Amino acid sequence: MSEVTLNDTTLRGNEARSRAAVLHRLRATDTAFRIVTRTAVLAVLAILSGVILALVIGSVPALKAFGLGFVGSEVWNPVTEQFGALAPIYGTLVTSFIAMVIAVPVGIMIAFFLTELCPLWLRRPIGIAIELLAGIPSIIYGIWGLFVLAPFLQKYVQPFLIDTFDGVPVLGSLFEGPPYGIGMLTAGFILAIMVLPFITAISRDVFDAVPAVLKEAAYGLGCTTWEVFKSVIVPYARVGVIGGVMLGLGRALGETMAVTFVIGNAHKVSASILAPGTTISASIANEFTEAVGDLYTSSLIALGLILFVITFIVLAIARYMLLRLQQRAG
Amino acid sequence: MAVAANNALYARRRLRNNLAKGLALAATAFGLGWLVLILGVLVFEGLGGLSLSVFTENTPPPGSAGGLLNAIVGSIVMTTLAVLIGTPIGILAGTYMAEYGRHDRLSTLVRFINDILLSAPSIVIGLFVYEVMVAPMGHFSGYAGAVALAVIVIPVVVRTTEDMLTLVPDTLREAAASIGLPRAHMIVRIAYRAARAGIVTGILLAIARISGETAPLLFTALNNQFWSVDMNAPMPSLPVVIFQFALSPYEEWQKLAWTGALLITVTVLGLSILARSLTARKS
Repeated sequence: MSEVTLNDTTLRGNEARSRAAVLHRLRATDTAFRIVTRTAVLAVLAILSGVILALVIGSVPALKAFGLGFVGSEVWNPVTEQFGALAPIYGTLVTSFIAMVIAVPVGIMIAFFLTELCPLWLRRPIGIAIELLAGIPSIIYGIWGLFVLAPFLQKYVQPFLIDTFDGVPVLGSLFEGPPYGIGMLTAGFILAIMVLPFITAISRDVFDAVPAVLKEAAYGLGCTTWEVFKSVIVPYARVGVIGGVMLGLGRALGETMAVTFVIGNAHKVSASILAPGTTISASIANEFTEAVGDLYTSSLIALGLILFVITFIVLAIARYMLLRLQQRAG
Repeated sequence: MAVAANNALYARRRLRNNLAKGLALAATAFGLGWLVLILGVLVFEGLGGLSLSVFTENTPPPGSAGGLLNAIVGSIVMTTLAVLIGTPIGILAGTYMAEYGRHDRLSTLVRFINDILLSAPSIVIGLFVYEVMVAPMGHFSGYAGAVALAVIVIPVVVRTTEDMLTLVPDTLREAAASIGLPRAHMIVRIAYRAARAGIVTGILLAIARISGETAPLLFTALNNQFWSVDMNAPMPSLPVVIFQFALSPYEEWQKLAWTGALLITVTVLGLSILARSLTARKS
């Protein structure tokens, strides 16, 4: 800046040149930075495309050998190299379903408690505690499920279920067989604890976003807290809650380690939820490093592809729902 | 008659209300109960096996005592490399999406894809890295493990960087532009500085997330019974060792698994609490 005071013409010429050089340099770094950041964005795009491409290419041998029958066949025999995905798909859906049956009502009720009933000073601590549940790594849930939850269910809960529903038409076959401890019910239960914080956190946020005037109007008409919740808050926040539930479902479908510990890794479809089964992610985790032969490996990758497609659809719906909510708010 | 019916209705509504309140309380107790139960068992089982030898000895062969030194070191090495790879890419991508192309099509698409990657099953990431790195190289390696973890780091960092930069008020950007600061300089000197705490939080959360990840390491880094810092060879990691040891029939191994589980949980929860306090102070 001090050069401005100089009035020597040669210097001024230099100054103009150096000024142009500085501007040029600034423009160059500006463009370079823009290009670098854009490349990083394209890299993120490339990763997802890479994931999909790698899975598709990897599963070609299996899909060629078994065709669409791969999805519908229960056989899983590494010795004869016959593979079918039915049992893992069934196990994935059943365990996730059990998880959602438990976690959705509980999660929504916790959000109801946190937003409408809980004293203000307790809200943050309880909220953080529930979110800590989401921070615990899944392998911890797995080891805990194997050594603590499974023996407990085997000893106390499962015999009770078996005895109670023995002979009842549908429920009887649902709770049939010896109490192994490990199995689809145990896996579903652990998944429920794991996705609970996701459903709670999102439900709490959307319940909080309900305009106070709507609630106050309902209270003014003489509604009870529960009636306000049921008839005002839930209808208003429905889209967001569904988004949160879908997000939790996406997690449950793809969860690996916690399930691998307690599912039992049995490639069969059984009506009883007490029976051991397998899920897509557990099959891959258990068998991939031991898979001998291209067809075995490829079948496991094809399982991964199916899992990815299912979770992609569920997560896309979740995002769409939450986006719609955002647009309405903004 | 009408009064009696009204009273009955009133009583029923009150009963239903109290029932719902009770259920909400029970649900909260249910959720918190699991947290207490899991952490309680973890501390009880983990502390029992905690001793100096855990940090000074390598993983033992079945049936003898030992420690977790090689697994801890392997985890630290791979996590560090993953953060070094993933953080720059994540921050730069988040920068583009918040500063250059906030509303363009590329950003909208990548925002969606990033959200999918954020909750994609981590085992699928492991399969991906197996296909692109392990299979062509012909062997499992620490590099492959680090890359798999980096793929998990990126979406977390992208998301927080973008969110935090979006929160920086536009008046700051306009002020910078009005004194002739080029955009790149404005971003680096003004926007990054204003959003620093949030971006650091994102990185901490990403570290917390990958330090407990097991699935993507199973068939990328595999495992190693011995001391190894050769990134080009199979590398042990704490989560994979826990997985192997917990499912083994040997009591010493199971004990070490619990101790390792306690170490991981303390690390992860510590990181998330640190991250939380960083942003809490800011707001």
